Amino acid sequence: MAGMETAGVGGKVGVVMDSLRDAYGDTLVELGNEGANIVVFDADLAGSTRTSKFAKAFPDRFFNMGAAEQGMVAAAAGASTTGVVPFVSTFAMFATGRAYEFVRQAVGVGHQNVKIVATHAGLTVGEDGGTHQCLEDLALMRMIPGMTVLSPADALETKQAIRAAYAHKGPVYVRLTRDKFPRIHAEDYRFQIGKAVMMRPGTDVLLVGCGLGTSICLAAADLLAAEGIEATVLHCPTIKLFDRETLLRLAKAHRAVVTCEEHQAHGGLGGVVAELLSEAHPMPLRRVGVQDQFGQSGKPEKLLEAYGVTPQAVAAAAKAAL
Amino acid sequence: MPQQKLESVEDLAAKAKALRRDVLLQVYKAQSGHPGGSLSWIDIGVALYYHEMAVFPEDPANPARDRFVLSKGHACPAQYALLADQGFFPKAWLETFRQYPTKLQGHAENHYTPGVEVTTGSLGQGLPQAVGIALGLKVQKAAQRVYCVIGDGESQEGVIWEAAMAAPHHKLDNLCVFHDLNGLQIDGDVKKVMNINPVPDKWRAFGWAVKEIDGHDFTQILEALAWARTVKGQPAMICARTVKGKGVSFMENQAGWHGVAPKTEDYEKALAELAD
Ligand SMILES: Cc1ncc(C[n+]2csc(CCOP(=O)(O)OP(=O)(O)O)c2C)c(N)n1
Ligand SMILES: [Mg+2]
Repeated sequence: MAGMETAGVGGKVGVVMDSLRDAYGDTLVELGNEGANIVVFDADLAGSTRTSKFAKAFPDRFFNMGAAEQGMVAAAAGASTTGVVPFVSTFAMFATGRAYEFVRQAVGVGHQNVKIVATHAGLTVGEDGGTHQCLEDLALMRMIPGMTVLSPADALETKQAIRAAYAHKGPVYVRLTRDKFPRIHAEDYRFQIGKAVMMRPGTDVLLVGCGLGTSICLAAADLLAAEGIEATVLHCPTIKLFDRETLLRLAKAHRAVVTCEEHQAHGGLGGVVAELLSEAHPMPLRRVGVQDQFGQSGKPEKLLEAYGVTPQAVAAAAKAAL
Repeated sequence: MPQQKLESVEDLAAKAKALRRDVLLQVYKAQSGHPGGSLSWIDIGVALYYHEMAVFPEDPANPARDRFVLSKGHACPAQYALLADQGFFPKAWLETFRQYPTKLQGHAENHYTPGVEVTTGSLGQGLPQAVGIALGLKVQKAAQRVYCVIGDGESQEGVIWEAAMAAPHHKLDNLCVFHDLNGLQIDGDVKKVMNINPVPDKWRAFGWAVKEIDGHDFTQILEALAWARTVKGQPAMICARTVKGKGVSFMENQAGWHGVAPKTEDYEKALAELAD
């Protein structure tokens, strides 16, 4: 787990691979240097989540709580009442799973200004296996009233999402990953909470992604184009405070919608889009993601293939829906 | 094959040395996994599987078996080495550890691997499950015993202390737990990350019978296991001082080898140190 680095999923010649968690650690240090009144909590995974960068630069504003995630979340909620802005980090499984009820009550019901930034979400955790691959964090966090939920795709977007989370008043959950992901944004990209961004214009089918899902959608659009199908790709880094307007406007201009995420196909992005379309604009929809299964050990690339979270699967779903 | 039993401490030590090689084989082949914490409890594991417990490699669910729960589930390469050597599954499986598709998951899951009782890997979840097994056996007046290994970093989890209350409350004298006190966790020294001392006093205060041993000394491990059988009306806790990475000089007492696999050069060096 800790210390193991891979080339990253979707690594191809000419594609820059980004570490989202490094971007997170670097941004915490930047915020600290700028005098932001933040404190950082971790639970014996500081090296893995990269909060260790902040711990090194600001040792008196960093609290390692040991392997004790529930108490860590509660402590962060308490700390937030004193005026500091707590960032809380561990693996997604433990931040949203182990500590769920503490997140819901102390942070959620309490309306506290706590930022939960979890790394190692999704299938791309890889070898650690099903007990460590959190495939339901977006669903769990999305169900908490008042929680803003973000799932950035690359380092540039992660940096801006962390800054936006800091600037936002109220609880925020940010989903990050262990593996490196392909860079999808240009230097002039500007992330905004609640704004979806069109990555590629098309006419026939609307592909919707978050996190790694957007890279997969972009690759799927290439596959579809080779068959004469023009796909629009919409990137939705905000899962809660979701950009309804953009999704509905684009959906209405296409014949079908396909979502893609390395999460359960239900409950996360697929859940958001299905709920929205079925109420506001019923139309053909396919959701690519994990199909109500647990993860297992293996290399990220192999797992994405085994669980059908690939450009091929998105392209096939698009053709089936059209 | 039936369970292999070993009597002498020399034979147990020789077995542990061989199984240390099997731990490294898995982590090396996978280029992933947790060597440090596997090597710190494998001597305890050998004493349990070759001397103390009744297990049935050809019939893993035999009701006459004693139960074992590895609460620090990341250290499962040691459990897989033990189970493979006892014949629960072919040794060839060890080379598939953590690689899709495999029966040997990165953290032990019971429905994948014969001989694994429950799913662990999320720290703190093994001990309370062991308490449940002990309760289930007790209510059915079954004579089998329950053994469990927890980590020192792991014991920072609050749920460990919920189980610590429950086991004496229910007078679980069929439960014997090892606290693998190797002094290290992922981010460094347990003392510096989040101090858990004084460990034996904590268990005593919660109502456990407590013994302190050197967790790599087979004479002491066997004596402690015999002692645990004599404890009545309360659970037994064996606080085992151990060395993370034990047996491989460059891994010993190094937090950096918690979850990192050796490359070929280090693997060969380690095997040379563990040669018969
Ligand atoms: C609930 C939970 N939190 C965090 C982790 C990540 N993790 C895996 S091992 C470990 C440290 C465990 O330390 P210790 O119990 O001392 O293990 P050992 O030294 O015996 O390997 C951590 C924090 C986890 N597996 N489960
Ligand atoms: Mg330890």
